[in-house]
Formats: sequence, structure tokens, C-alpha cells
Amino acid sequence: MLSLLDSIGYGEWILHALLWLPLVGMVLVLMGPEARAKQLAFVWSLVVLGLSLGLWWAFDPGIGTFQFESSIPWIASWGVSYAVALDGISLFMVMLTAFTTAVAILGSFNYIKKHERAFYALMLLMETGVIGVFISIDLFLFYVFWEITLIPMYFIIGVWGGERRIYSAVKFFLFTAFGSLLMLVALLYLFFAAQAISGEPSFAYQALLNVPLSLQEQLWLFGAFCLAFSIKVPVFPFHTWLPDAHVEAPTPGSVVLAAVLLKMGAYGFLRFLLPFFPAAAQHPTVVTLMMVLGIIGIIYTAWVAAVQPDAKKLVAYTSVAHMGFVVLGIFALTVNGLQGGLMVMISHGISTGALFLLLGMMYERRHTRLIADFGGIGRVTPWFATAFMITALTSIGLPGTSGFVGEFLALLGTFQARPVMAIIACSGVIFAAYYMLPMVQKVFFNALEKPENKTMPDLSRRELVILGPMVALMIWIGVQPGPFLRRMEPTVHAVIEQVTGNGLQAQGGHEEEALVTFSSTSPLENEGGEEESSPTHPGDEE
Amino acid sequence: MTLPLVYSALQEGHEILAAHEVAGEAFEPFLPGLVILLPLLGFILNGALALAASRRSADALRGGAELDFFEGGKRPWTHSLPTWIGPGVIGLAFLIVLVNFTRMLGADLHEPVIRHYWTWMSTGAFQVDAALQLDQLSMVMMLVVTGVSFIIHVFSVGYMGEDQGYPRYFSYLNLFVFFMLTLVMGASFLLMFVGWEGVGFCSYILIGYWFTDKAKADSGKKAFIVNRIGDLGFLVAMLLLFAGFGAFAGFGTLNFVGVFAAAPDALVYGGGVVTAITLLLLLGATGKSAQIPLYVWLPDAMAGPTPVSALIHAATMVTAGVYMVARTSVLFALAPVGGLTVALIGATTALFAATIGLAQNDIKKVLAYSTISQLGFMFIGVGVGAYAAGIFHLMTHAVFKGLLFLGAGAVIHSMHHALHHTHNDADPQDMRNMGGLRKFLPITWITMWLATLAIAGIWPFAGFFSKDEIIWMAGARAGGVSGGWYTLIWIMALAAAMITAVYMTRLMIMTFHGKNRTGQEEARHLHESPWVMTVPLMVLAFFSIFGGWINVPHAISDSFLGGFGLLPMTEWLHEWLHPIAGVATEIQAANAGAFVDRAPFGGGELLWAVLSTGAALIVVLVSARVVGGFKILPAGESPEPVGFKKVLFMKYYVDEFYDRIIVQPLIRASRFSWKVIDAGIVDGVANGLGNLARALGWFGSLFQTGSVNTYALFLAIGVLVILGVVAF
Amino acid sequence: MLTEALVLSAFLFAVGTFGFLVRRNAIIMFLCIELQLNAVNLSFVAFSRYLGIEGQLYVFFVMTVAAAEAAVGLAIIISIFRHFETVNVNNFNLLKW
Repeated sequence: MLSLLDSIGYGEWILHALLWLPLVGMVLVLMGPEARAKQLAFVWSLVVLGLSLGLWWAFDPGIGTFQFESSIPWIASWGVSYAVALDGISLFMVMLTAFTTAVAILGSFNYIKKHERAFYALMLLMETGVIGVFISIDLFLFYVFWEITLIPMYFIIGVWGGERRIYSAVKFFLFTAFGSLLMLVALLYLFFAAQAISGEPSFAYQALLNVPLSLQEQLWLFGAFCLAFSIKVPVFPFHTWLPDAHVEAPTPGSVVLAAVLLKMGAYGFLRFLLPFFPAAAQHPTVVTLMMVLGIIGIIYTAWVAAVQPDAKKLVAYTSVAHMGFVVLGIFALTVNGLQGGLMVMISHGISTGALFLLLGMMYERRHTRLIADFGGIGRVTPWFATAFMITALTSIGLPGTSGFVGEFLALLGTFQARPVMAIIACSGVIFAAYYMLPMVQKVFFNALEKPENKTMPDLSRRELVILGPMVALMIWIGVQPGPFLRRMEPTVHAVIEQVTGNGLQAQGGHEEEALVTFSSTSPLENEGGEEESSPTHPGDEE
Repeated sequence: MTLPLVYSALQEGHEILAAHEVAGEAFEPFLPGLVILLPLLGFILNGALALAASRRSADALRGGAELDFFEGGKRPWTHSLPTWIGPGVIGLAFLIVLVNFTRMLGADLHEPVIRHYWTWMSTGAFQVDAALQLDQLSMVMMLVVTGVSFIIHVFSVGYMGEDQGYPRYFSYLNLFVFFMLTLVMGASFLLMFVGWEGVGFCSYILIGYWFTDKAKADSGKKAFIVNRIGDLGFLVAMLLLFAGFGAFAGFGTLNFVGVFAAAPDALVYGGGVVTAITLLLLLGATGKSAQIPLYVWLPDAMAGPTPVSALIHAATMVTAGVYMVARTSVLFALAPVGGLTVALIGATTALFAATIGLAQNDIKKVLAYSTISQLGFMFIGVGVGAYAAGIFHLMTHAVFKGLLFLGAGAVIHSMHHALHHTHNDADPQDMRNMGGLRKFLPITWITMWLATLAIAGIWPFAGFFSKDEIIWMAGARAGGVSGGWYTLIWIMALAAAMITAVYMTRLMIMTFHGKNRTGQEEARHLHESPWVMTVPLMVLAFFSIFGGWINVPHAISDSFLGGFGLLPMTEWLHEWLHPIAGVATEIQAANAGAFVDRAPFGGGELLWAVLSTGAALIVVLVSARVVGGFKILPAGESPEPVGFKKVLFMKYYVDEFYDRIIVQPLIRASRFSWKVIDAGIVDGVANGLGNLARALGWFGSLFQTGSVNTYALFLAIGVLVILGVVAF
Repeated sequence: MLTEALVLSAFLFAVGTFGFLVRRNAIIMFLCIELQLNAVNLSFVAFSRYLGIEGQLYVFFVMTVAAAEAAVGLAIIISIFRHFETVNVNNFNLLKW
């Protein structure tokens, strides 16, 4: 497979293709007929997804630095360039984006009834924006894409949303833009600080990486970046835009929002926040603060979720809870924690995306999302109930599903750094059951009483095509996360080394731990090599 | 049939073991992965059938009609194939386990055999493989799980035969066996945890199997959530084991072999960390094995189909906690406080649940509390360090309690049919509606009596040997460190054993003896179950009689109670499990003193064995007379219980207590979090900022009158102000 | 000499400003603006006597601009009058929404 990809120069053009093809698709959709917009958009997103799959083989799992790197000067006088690359952190985010977009587009066939052309064009624009965020290694470029993603989502919520769509769209926009502006200011400060040292202007990731800053400066800049990313993640108490946005957004909007947009925040933590400001990121007070916010996210939002009458709002709140595990894992700054956080991101992207799709299907059938309007529908929609049950179990982290792998590793990593925090966060497993099971029961179990529920159709073929791969992924990742973990591990090591090795005053005991774990990776490489040739990937012989 | 095979294999193995004492062969496992895969395969096949069938019935339902799959006496293929697939895969798995068992008997096995399949998780220094561990303990558990499961699967063919969700039922049951085998065969804590949570989930869907009934769905949910509280303990214990805390640096692995090999050196005897680990594991065990304080889900779990209660809530899943303590015996031996707490919780639960069992009228509820109580005995066993005794009672209990539940199932099945025929809506599970059933269900009646004698601890039935062993071992520690506690445990265990005899006799008398209370018309429809249900009863009855003979203590074996040494398998299980529990026993003997050969108030093992079986027999006879003398009225005519009996009937109001102090406050806190904190404060601040900006804008817009003069005025004022500032 | 000229200029400017602020007739307001411009012109001329010829140069600029402004402004006023049949500025608050 790898040689086949090499023969077509895959590594040379793939990132550019992934970035710009959706934009081309957007133009095509806009020019094409309204009636064919959805088919065109779906086929196009499938092409992008298909192309992105090659990354699985083309990506070299042994390297912790950037791959497929390419850079073209853009605005030379400011040192801005069009620079893109991929590493173990962004690899899965890009693939997740391609996957989610395709699924979300297929999932909106029945839901979106007006201005179809515009809608699908915006979805494709969103894909470009998000992939751009994940692969940019020029901070200016990154910022441009970061802001671009706002626009399609604003319109998707504002035009195709529910009753309070304007309020929600504006709230979403204002929250995010507020954080972004602070980040821009901090970014410029960093830019000028770097220019003062090196003498030439550059927004390149590497150029801004090792800027010597005092702890004071680091803390301020950290705060600004952190606020922008925390709003996006979202971290308590900046989360209130999320439930509103989710509830009002149309199904595909919710899917993309939960599966991909939230990941941009966590990705920002990993890619920029920690490596740029290592001393601040390891400052005990900062770590404690972020972890406490993560734990509040896990426990408090689980409680809030449990009493929601609206199923979609419930799932929206659980997103905050899941992202709490990500925050914990990231700020633990251990290999296990970071990898766990990344796995939670992947798993959450798939499972919560699937949950929103399922809720959308419910809404299409009954035009209500209130839990109390359902009951006993497991009898009339058994396949639907089965898919929902598996997804819900993934969401609450049952072992054997992808949710467990991430949560366990994140907790383990957190425990290595801050045992008490991890123990408190563990109670999340109880509260996950506390919010999810009653909802499942009230919707699918109990007596089937309401006459309008008795005629609910079960999954259609299109819906099976949507849910099938998602369910398969949840179980596959849960049973064999090895190939995923292996691809991200060197990058995670590099991040930790960057942070702990460069801290002006590296604090606490976890620094040594991280370095110790770093030195003990070699036996895994062989293991990984064997897996590559296992029957899981039939195309390997080439 | 397989039973003579088993027994002869056991006997043979014993001889082989003796012969190969010096130089045994290496143990070569036979397809161990298939043992786990077969139930999974069954789950997938039955699940596919269930999905196909459910789609059909859903289509019919949308059309406005209930689909009866058995219309016209025919079974569609979706409902006939599971009959073969469901029990078939388990039977095959059982055969493979038997092959492995005979091989292990013939081998000289000191170290567990590990089979690696693939690396499950690996990050940094953390690595967990998908690996199975085959050793004496997991072998015993595999035998119990697959054996009892097979029997209960066969029974289910009859019991659930006319249920519309037949394939769904078998898919769930197969999935349960898959996870249970993962639990007992997994080679690491994490893999055990996979099974641990998996069986919890299966328990959830099986309790709520008839999910359209809200009460049943509620019970399933309760079971899952309560279990998850326990799982929290397990989870934290694993984190502690891997990463350590304070001075203890952690084991850096979660593999059983690695942890237990390093534990005696790495952990300080009686230290804080190991005590914390054991107590956390214990929390997990109390959840899964329904011990105080997390036992409340088990009585409610009786909402599931009766074979499910027999399999999950009596024979296998609920014993997972006991298995876990036995598996981690090294840790518990290193933490005397942990071990003692296990035993104390066991003793308290045994006594507590037994008293509740005295006042229940639902036949399954009595058996549920009996199960909780018997699990308490197992906890005493593993808690005092008599791991073989705990596992022994686990095995015998799996047999006789499985039999009791299946027997109860046969009774309920029959009652249900009779009441259904006459359109009587009386409760088919209420013993007050039964009475005199022995005429109608003779096989059930006899086999259940055998099980009752076994659970009551009467010689020579299985329960006598296992329960007596536990009580004896608890007393045998009374001479050592913290002997006072062990004396207390010993007394509580003795009391609980006597109460067991009372409530079981009460159950039997109320159900099978006395006058028939079902009503004339109904009685005509009562009939014995088909052979697929009675044969499993007889098989289990066989083991309820003879199963205890595999581990007769020397003191009894050599006496008249043991046929003066005629039994070939004296202390067989004890020796069999020695490679597993030996280290723990040594640690315990070195630090806390060995077991003494003397009960707390004097007397040897034989004397107390005779005393206890005699007492149990007397209790059974007396309570049979007493209960037989009561005038029992059908449920509809019975008065409400009063006084202490009401407290017992209401289960000491523990559910109400939990509801008051945990459930309701949590819900209130959740509502508060949502309405006040989230919508009020957090979102209030955000909206407040938005409104502040809007207010400022409104204020600014006041100056925009649209009239040129106004603007000019402000312009002029502005110029004057600037001039003023510049000039002065 | 200069003082007198500047006082006159300031007086004229104040009259123009005041007139602009209080009158509502667009033509009058327009004339007031012209008055202000010419007041400034007067100062320029007065200063040029002492400081050089540039002041008179600016006067020409101002006069040119004022002429252009008068042309455009009057055209606007006329078109407004045609539309509303009044030149009272209180009616022209369409900027306020």
C-alpha cells in the first residue's frame, strides 16, 4: 500500500489536496443545480475522505516531528507563509474531519429542506477551514483558518437552526470571536518578541517555538491563548454557548460542531499552548486550575446533563464532560495522559457525532426532542435502539468500546501527575451512567403508550450506511487501539519533551516521570510492525 | 451425559496428580481462545437472528397488530435456531474447558500459562495485552461458568421457549458468558475489568429484558448504576497499582503475574497503600457481589427472567467479587485490615440478608436474599484467608443455588401457566398463593429439597462441607492477631447458617407442602415442566449431593462423617488451588499467625461439624413443623405484617434510606446545578455582559437624533472642550 | 489693528456657529456656514499682513471650496425641497433609524 502511494507521489500533494479540494467542491456545489447539491456534496466529501485514508499508511508512525511538510512564502514582508504539515496529533484530527464531514452531509439529506446549495457549500467550506486549522504550521495561516471556521457554522446555525437560532448563532460567534481576539493580541506579542531576537519576521511554528520569555510574560500570553482554546473546548465556565448552539443547530451542524470544532480547542492546547509557554503550562497553580476546571466539567456537567428534558441538550452537556477528560489528560503532561486525551477526542468525535445523528433521526420522525415524548420505542425501532445503545455505551466508556480506552488512559496519566485529581475524576464513570441510562430508558424502554410513537419507522438504508461505519469504528478502536496509539506516540513524546525540557523553571515531580516513560518506548516499535501486517489491513502486502 | 465424565475425570486427575508429583509434564492449553470466542460467536449469530425477528415484529406493530411468532404452533427459523446455537456454543466451550482441565490435571503446573493474542493498549511504559491466563483458579472458574451456564441455557430453552424475544434472550445470555469468561480468564486487572463491566452491562439488559415494563427497566438501571459505584473502586485500585502513591512507586504493570510476583517485596505489610488498594478492590467486590453497602440492586434484579437470576444473580456474576479477592489474595494477605474488612462485611451481610429472607413472600426475593447471605459466607472465607474454602463454597453454591432458582423457575412457570389459563391476575411468584405443589411438581419438589438440605449445611450434601469449612476457618483465626473480631465473625456466621436453615425450610413448606392455595380451577392446570427443564434440575441435584466431596477436610474424611477415609478427594480443591493461594497463606502465616486447629470456645473440627449439622437438621425439622402449623392465607387475603416483621418485610428500609440520603439529594443538586448555577449564574454572567454591551449601545444611540443641529451642537461643544483643554 | 480684525473675525464666527445651531431653515444654516468660512478668511487676511503671503493663498483655497460647496449644497437643498416641500431640517432625520 505504501509503495503504491509513493508511486503516485501521495505525500507531495495530499495535504494541499485535502485542504483545497473541499473548497473546489464548494464552488462546484454552488454552480451545480439545487436539486443535485446534496449528492454532489456527498460524493465530493467521499472523495476527500478516500484521499485522507491514504494517510493511515503513508504516515510514518516512527517519527515524532512534522511529516509531509511544505512551505511557500505568502506575505514575505511579514514573514507569513503558506506552510502545512502533519504529525501524530493532527493526523487523526484530519481523518476525523474528513470522516465526520462525509457522514454529516449524508445525515442531512432529509433534514435540510431549504437553500440546499448554500448549506452544502458551507459544509464544504467548513471542511476546508477545519482541516486548515489542523495542518497549518504557520501561526498566521492558522489564525486565518481558525476564524474561517466561524463563518460557515454561524450561518448553519443561524439559517437552518431551530427557533432560537439567531440567539444561539450570535452567542456562538461572540464567545469564540472574543477568545480569538485575545489570542491574536498574544500572537502578535509573541511574533514581535521572536522578531526582536532573530531579527527577521516570521510566523512559522518553529520560529515561535523557543522564544525566551519571562514567566510573567508566559503567564499572560498563556492566559490569552488558553482563554481562546478553553472557550472552544469548552472548559467550564465558558461552556454555556455549547448547549444553546447544539440545541438550535441542525443535525449536521451539531455533528460537525461536536466531532470536530470542539477538537480545535484541545488541539490548540497541544499544538500551541503547551509548547509555546512551557513554564506557564507547568506552573503548579496553572495546572491545578486547569485540572479543577476539567473536573468541574466532568462532574458538574454530568449532573446538569442528567436533568435535561431535551435529549439533544443532554448530549450537548455530555460533550463538556468528555472534554473535561481531555483537559485533564493534557495538563497531566504525561505520555498516558496526552494519549488518553487524544483517544477521548477521537472517540468523542465518533460517538457524540453518532449520538447527534441518532437524535436527528428521532427528530425527523417525531419532530420533538423532548425525552418525555418518547418511551418504549425500542419495540418499533429495534435497530435504531441497538445502534443507540452501542453509541451510548461508548459514550459512557464501557470497556471494549473506544470510550473506555481514552478515559482510562487519561485517568491513568492524570493519576501519575496528580493522584487526587484523578480519583475525583474517576467518579465520572458513575455520573456517566447516571445521565445516560435514564435517558435511554425513558426513550427506548418503558411502555409504548403514545400512538404517534407506534408508527415510527426503523432505520432506513441510508441511515444504516451512516451508522454502520461509526459503530464499527467505536468497537474497533475499543478492541484494538494499538494502531492509533502507535501513530501518535512519538509526537506525544516530542510534545512532552518540548514542554518539560524547555521550561524556564520546570516545576514538580512529573517532569522526571515523563522523561522516564519516554526512554522506555523501543520495544513497542517491533510490536507495531507486526500489527501492520495483521489481517486488519488487507491492502498491506503491496 | 457429562456428569460421570466429570467425576471420573476428577478422580482420575487426582490419581495422575499423585503419580506425577515429582516430574509432571508441562501444561499445553487446548484452544483456550475458543472458549471465549464461542459464546461471542453465539452472541453474534443470535443477535443477528434477534435483529431480523425484531424488525418483523416492529413492522407488524407499525401496522397496528402484535405479531405472534408462534401463531399456529409453528416456530419461525429465527426462533428455532437459537435453541441449538445458544446452548450449543456454551456446550462446546464447556467441552473445551473439560479437555483443558484434564490436561491441567495431568500436568505439573506451578506458574500460570499466559496466552497472548495482541497488544490491547500500549502507551509509554503502560502496556496491557489481550491475553488469557490459565491456572488452577481460572480453570475452576471456567468449569463453573461454562458448566452451570450450559445447564441453565438448556433450562432456558424450556423456560423461555414461548417468549417472543427468544433469540434476543439467547444473544444476551451468550454475551454474558463471553464477558464472564473474560473476567475469569483475563491475565490482567484491566482485562478483568473489561469482563467486570461487561457482565454488569449484560446484567442490566437481562434484568430489564422485558423492557416495556417500567419497574423491570428501573431495576436494570439500578443494578448498573450501583455496580458502577463499585467499579469506581476497582478503577482507582488499578490506578494505584500501576502508578503507586507516595513512597510506593507502583508496579508499572497491571498483569496479574507481574503484580503478584513483585507485591511481597514492593509493598509494606499492613501499609497504607496496600490497605487502600484492598479496600478499593473490596468496594468493587461489594458492588458486583451484592454485599453491604451496595447489595440493594440484587433483590430488584429478580425482575429478570428466572434462568437469568439463576445464572447471573446466583451462580456466576455475583461471585466475581469472591473470585477477585481470591485472585488478589497476595494483596489481601499483605493488608490484614483489608482482609478483616472483607470478612466482617461478609459476616454482617450474611446475617443481615438472612434475617430479611425470613420475612419475604416472593419466592425469588427469598432466594435473592439467600444469595446475598451466602455470598457473605464466601466473603468470610476469602476474608479470613481461607481462599480455597471461599472458592469451594462458590462452586457448591453455584450448583445448589442455581438449582433452587431453576426450581423456583419451574414453579413460577407452572404457576404462570395455571394462572394464565384461568385469567387470574394473582402473583405467580408469591409463595402465599402456592402451597401443596409437591403433588403437581414432584421432580421439582424433590430436587429443590436436596438443594435446601445442601444450603442448610446438612451432611453429606455439598453445602455442608463448604460452609462448615468457612465457619471453621473463621474460628481458626480467633487465636491469632485481632482474634476478637474473628470470634465475632465466627458467631455471626454460625447464626446466619442457622437462619439459612429456617428461611429455606419456610420457603419449601410454603411452596410445596400444606394445603393448595392456588384455587380449584388453577390447580387443574398445574403440571410438571418438560424434560428440558427437569433434566437440568436433576443434574444440578446430583452435584448438590456429591459436589462437596471434592474437598473434605482430613479431620472429617478420616472420621465416620467421611466414611473413614473412603473418599478419594480429601482436600483436593485445597491442594489444587495451592499454587494460587500458597503465597498469600505464607504471608499470612508469617505475619498474623497460622490457622489454629481449634474453635474459639474449644472443640475440634469434627466435633463442630457434628454439632452444626445436627443443629441445622434440628432447625429444619423444627421450622418445618412451625411453618407447617401456620395458617397461611393467599396473598390477596393476608394482613399487612406488623412490628419487627414489618421492618424485615420492608428490608430494614435501606432502599428508602438510600433514596433519602443519596438519590434525592443528587437529583436536587443536579437541578440546582442546572437551574441556578448554569442557567442562572454562568449563563447569567454571559448574557449579562451581552446585555451590558447592548445597554451601552442604547445609551450611545440616544445621541443619534438624526437632526443635524444636534450633531453640530455636540461638535461645537467638543471643539470648545478640546480648546479649553489645550488652552488651560 | 490685528486685535480689532481678530475680534471681528471671532464675532462673525460665533454668529455663524450660533446661527447654525439654532436655526432650522436649511438655507439659513447654509448661509451661517458661509459666514463661518468668511470669518476664518478674515483672520487669514489679517494674519497675512504680519506673517507673509501664504494666508491670502489659503483664502483663495477656501473661497474655491466654498463656491463648490455652495453649488453642491444648494443643489441638495433644492432637491430636498422638491421632495419634501420644506427646507426645515427637523424633517430630515432619516439617518436616525
